[in-house]
Amino acid sequence: MSNTAMNNLTRGIVRENPVLVMLLGMCPTLGVTTSAINGLGMGLATMFVLMMSNMAISCVKKVIPDIVRIPSFIVIIASFVTVLEMLMQAYTPDLYAALGIYIPLIVVNCIILGRAEAFASKNTIFQSLLDAIGMGIGFTLALVLLGSIREVLGNGSIFGYSFVSENATPLLLFIMPPGAFLALGGIIAVVNKLRGVN
Amino acid sequence: MNKDLFKPVITLTCIAVIMALVLGFVHRLTDEPIALAKNQQELDAIKLVTGEFDNDPFAEKMTITTPNKKQKFIMYPARIDGRLNAVAVKSYTNTGFGGRIDVMTGFNVDGSINTFKIISSHETPGLGSKTDEPRFKGQLEGFHPNKQILKVKQDGGDVDAVTAATISSRAVLRAIERAYSALQNFNTRDNNE
Repeated sequence: MSNTAMNNLTRGIVRENPVLVMLLGMCPTLGVTTSAINGLGMGLATMFVLMMSNMAISCVKKVIPDIVRIPSFIVIIASFVTVLEMLMQAYTPDLYAALGIYIPLIVVNCIILGRAEAFASKNTIFQSLLDAIGMGIGFTLALVLLGSIREVLGNGSIFGYSFVSENATPLLLFIMPPGAFLALGGIIAVVNKLRGVN
Repeated sequence: MNKDLFKPVITLTCIAVIMALVLGFVHRLTDEPIALAKNQQELDAIKLVTGEFDNDPFAEKMTITTPNKKQKFIMYPARIDGRLNAVAVKSYTNTGFGGRIDVMTGFNVDGSINTFKIISSHETPGLGSKTDEPRFKGQLEGFHPNKQILKVKQDGGDVDAVTAATISSRAVLRAIERAYSALQNFNTRDNNE
């Protein structure tokens, strides 16, 4: 694999992680990560849409006039989200029920439109796919990390396996919305430290 | 027509048509599995709340109403060898913390609650969602709404609410209460006829 291809693939995972570095897609990030499994489901769902839309947009980038660029991207993205919604409803009904409103909201996730605009509309199909995979993995990792922290602290379990007694009172705050901000802030602080940002 | 607009309009229309075709195709593909998954979910819930049965509760489902005739719920009889063993009633309430809660409640023949299952809800995960966990649910297994009061302790009832989720607990009990009153209404009417 050439250097640029490798770079496109790995860039999204840590260096330009969409959540922890670029701070995109905050709504699903804060909203669904009440448990590690929800974070994983949401991450993979977003990754699917990102891969499909990046490839499709890269395919049609030459025929789309500049003036209807954004509407065209949104139509393509919304269609893939609806496809995903139907597939999840059919084959993973439990996960679909758990993620609820956040599935249709993938349409307005700025990571997807951001990658379409910044990358897929200027690069080849293959490079766009690599970019989508990298960004998707980065997003999924961030959500699983955040979901795990919140689930461990707030519910005393991880991926649904409880490790505290039933009478224990975990830090409920972390399951609730304020906990999402606290946990995310903590993770971003650590990531910034590791990246050497002052 | 403005010449500059021609190409963008055609392109956007083409994209919309192509995507609509894709959607139509996937819809045809997933239509049946979605219906199947929904039925399976319902059947699993009936099985869970009524225990055993050897009939097809789906085929025998009936609509029952609350005494004021405002709400219509669906009742599924569960029989073993033709004898009524339990009934499952699917009821709902809009008073949950996150809006509507659908509950499937299983009633034994003597009118006591066997157990219940929350089919769909938008309660806070980790708080209101705990109304579907053993600690809260256990209190209601074998509970007889005629002999005990189906309300949370704060409202003078006999049920401990989930800590920090009184509204959700109250709503779930309300859904069950409505299922019970609809069932009572159905039974008395049935005996009179």
